[in-house]
Amino acid sequence: MKKPIAGGAGSVAGLEVALPHPRATQPQRLTRFLENERALAAILLAPTVLILGTFIAYPFIMGVWLSLSSTSVGNVGEFVGFKNFAKAWNDSIFRTAFGNTFYYTFWATIFKLTLGMWLALLLNRHFRGKRIVRASMLLPFIVPTVLSTFAWRWMFDPTFSVLNWLLYKGGLITTKLPFLSDGVYGMWCAITVNTWRGMPFFAITLLAGLQTINPDLHEAASLDGANGWKRFWHVTWPLLKPVTVVVVVFSVIQTFSDFQLIYVLTGGGPANSTHLLATYAYQVGVATGLLGEGAAISLFMLPVLFVVVWLQLRYLRRMEGA
Amino acid sequence: MRRREFLKTTGLAAGVAATGLESIVAARRAPAHAQGTRLHILRWVDFIPEADVELKRQAPEASKALGAEVVFEFINFNDLQPRITAAVQSGAGADIIMMLYNWPHLYASALVDVSDVAEPIGKAQKGYYDVFNVTSKVDGKWLAVPHGIVGNAIAYRRSWHTEIGVKEFPQTWDEWREVGRKLKAKGKPVGQALGHSAGDPPTFAYPLLWSFGGAEVDRTGKKVVINSKGAVEAVKFMQAFWKDACDEGGLAWDDTSNNRAFHSGEISATLNGASIYIVAKRQREKIRDEKGEPMVQDIEHAALLPKGPAGQFALYVPFQHSVMKYSKNMKLAKDFVKWLHQKENYERWFQVNEGYSVGSTKTWEEHPMWSRIDRPLQVFRQAARQSRMLGYPGPASAKATESYTKYIVVDMFAKAVQGMKAEDAVKWAEGELSKIYEG
Repeated sequence: MKKPIAGGAGSVAGLEVALPHPRATQPQRLTRFLENERALAAILLAPTVLILGTFIAYPFIMGVWLSLSSTSVGNVGEFVGFKNFAKAWNDSIFRTAFGNTFYYTFWATIFKLTLGMWLALLLNRHFRGKRIVRASMLLPFIVPTVLSTFAWRWMFDPTFSVLNWLLYKGGLITTKLPFLSDGVYGMWCAITVNTWRGMPFFAITLLAGLQTINPDLHEAASLDGANGWKRFWHVTWPLLKPVTVVVVVFSVIQTFSDFQLIYVLTGGGPANSTHLLATYAYQVGVATGLLGEGAAISLFMLPVLFVVVWLQLRYLRRMEGA
Repeated sequence: MRRREFLKTTGLAAGVAATGLESIVAARRAPAHAQGTRLHILRWVDFIPEADVELKRQAPEASKALGAEVVFEFINFNDLQPRITAAVQSGAGADIIMMLYNWPHLYASALVDVSDVAEPIGKAQKGYYDVFNVTSKVDGKWLAVPHGIVGNAIAYRRSWHTEIGVKEFPQTWDEWREVGRKLKAKGKPVGQALGHSAGDPPTFAYPLLWSFGGAEVDRTGKKVVINSKGAVEAVKFMQAFWKDACDEGGLAWDDTSNNRAFHSGEISATLNGASIYIVAKRQREKIRDEKGEPMVQDIEHAALLPKGPAGQFALYVPFQHSVMKYSKNMKLAKDFVKWLHQKENYERWFQVNEGYSVGSTKTWEEHPMWSRIDRPLQVFRQAARQSRMLGYPGPASAKATESYTKYIVVDMFAKAVQGMKAEDAVKWAEGELSKIYEG
């Protein structure tokens, strides 16, 4: 009896499998190629690079090019250097929008952080219906911004505001409050809506952070006589700081480049008093068709956001080192 | 003009307008456009909803006549310009886009010369209103076919004015301020949008400026002249008018706010198209006054806006159809516009409007509809003859559109009514306009 050949079935068919086959060299070459770490890394990264290149790098480079050109709708522009940036800087509406963007981001972030933290601490306690409360709290974050902002716009409506009606009926006011028809009120209405919308993101993320804190630490602090504030300040806060930094940075980026909320709520009015960089860039670039100037206005956001991200990375690296 | 004569004239017009279509009619079958060809027309959401319904109703008829699927898309007035920019830059989008005011100047490089369509229609229908020579024609070429014009007038509550002894609507700005002051004291202010919205705020702010002798630029359109006595006086008037007579919430109003405020009995008067009256008439069971009567019975129109030291002016909203250069269906698009202007098609849309949108040519002033519609709507019959355009007295250039889109004139008034000194508000506008016109 013939000894079966390894890999075969001990039959003629088995012999066929064992024989060298000209096609077998191709998979071998492919295997060798894939075993090369550099090649494999390149292949695996290619889709990501392609997506990032198409959807992030290309629009960004295009935006930079537009900002340096005189491109307007339907007209291929020519290189004009930093003219668009200079024009924007000398534009009083731009300066208003620039200041508004900082003001809006600063106060909205402060409120979102404070109220989000407070909410997270409350939700970290045990109470009846905790799950339902936690889930429902996410609603403002889930509802599309345009829809929820429309609802707010109705509530702030100069003529039909339900808030004014309630305040009037409650005897708290005698004349309507100019919610959206006064620049200062308008800005604070926008900050309120942004806080309402962004607070759940802070609360849920901070809540996740809170739940990673070992309860023994609080227990030990209590035994040492620390009161609620001391426990928060010396135990909770230091351990929650890394999460907080990440959340704040994300929020700053989103708030600084906010568009939808202002566009729907005030359209930048009255008299540009609520324009942000994003809404003004849109008005100049898209509505007016001055694409070069619009791109330059929006690129003013870049250095600010770059600094924010750099600080965050620096902080996180330091945390990792510690 | 008698009905028979009118039909004869418009019939002739339709015949000329149908240049290119006559062969279709003669052949008794649709032209051979590629199977599955789709013609996309982008327009605003009309303030008279029935007007959009009528166009949608006509779409299958047009599809049948042209042998291609005709599809209308209606979007918010304020979203038209962003959509145009996106379409032009991406080279894709609607084949025909509705252009308001003098937008063809701003998008000139992206629009097809449609002189071969526009001129025969104008010629056959007693000519276009002058304003269209300014808005639709760029460097001697028609870049849009005029379709209609929305006139405006002050809609006011007759009974409320009678109550304070006003039998005829005030003729001058000062008289209106005085009347408005009395009505505001009774909780019935004048309503005027002064926010960032494309229709009502500019149609009020520009004529007010002109009527006091102010203007953005001189006749050449190159020199900014807004820092003038006239402009300062206009702004000072507005500050007083706003405080004394207006609903101060108007700073946050858009183009629909005054309609709602009027119909709910919150305001006594407002500058608007005929839509307040027409909607009140068509919803007479729903829109009622404080006595429970249909409000339409108490609505009156006064046109034009009151007189100022330099005269009486109007800025209406002309609209036209442009064929986009990126369109793969240019011929079909032109055929469609001709079809739309055929007498029997245009007339149905025109009549549904009841004077809200009037014809782009003078022929339509003589349509029998005018003798049938309510007296308060008659004011719109020849309204289109009066309109000036953005940039007046200079050319209605792309620069004028830029200024309009940035709401410079509107915001000059808005800043002043919020407390800025009139001189400073005008100076601010001068700075912004200089960057646009002289930069």
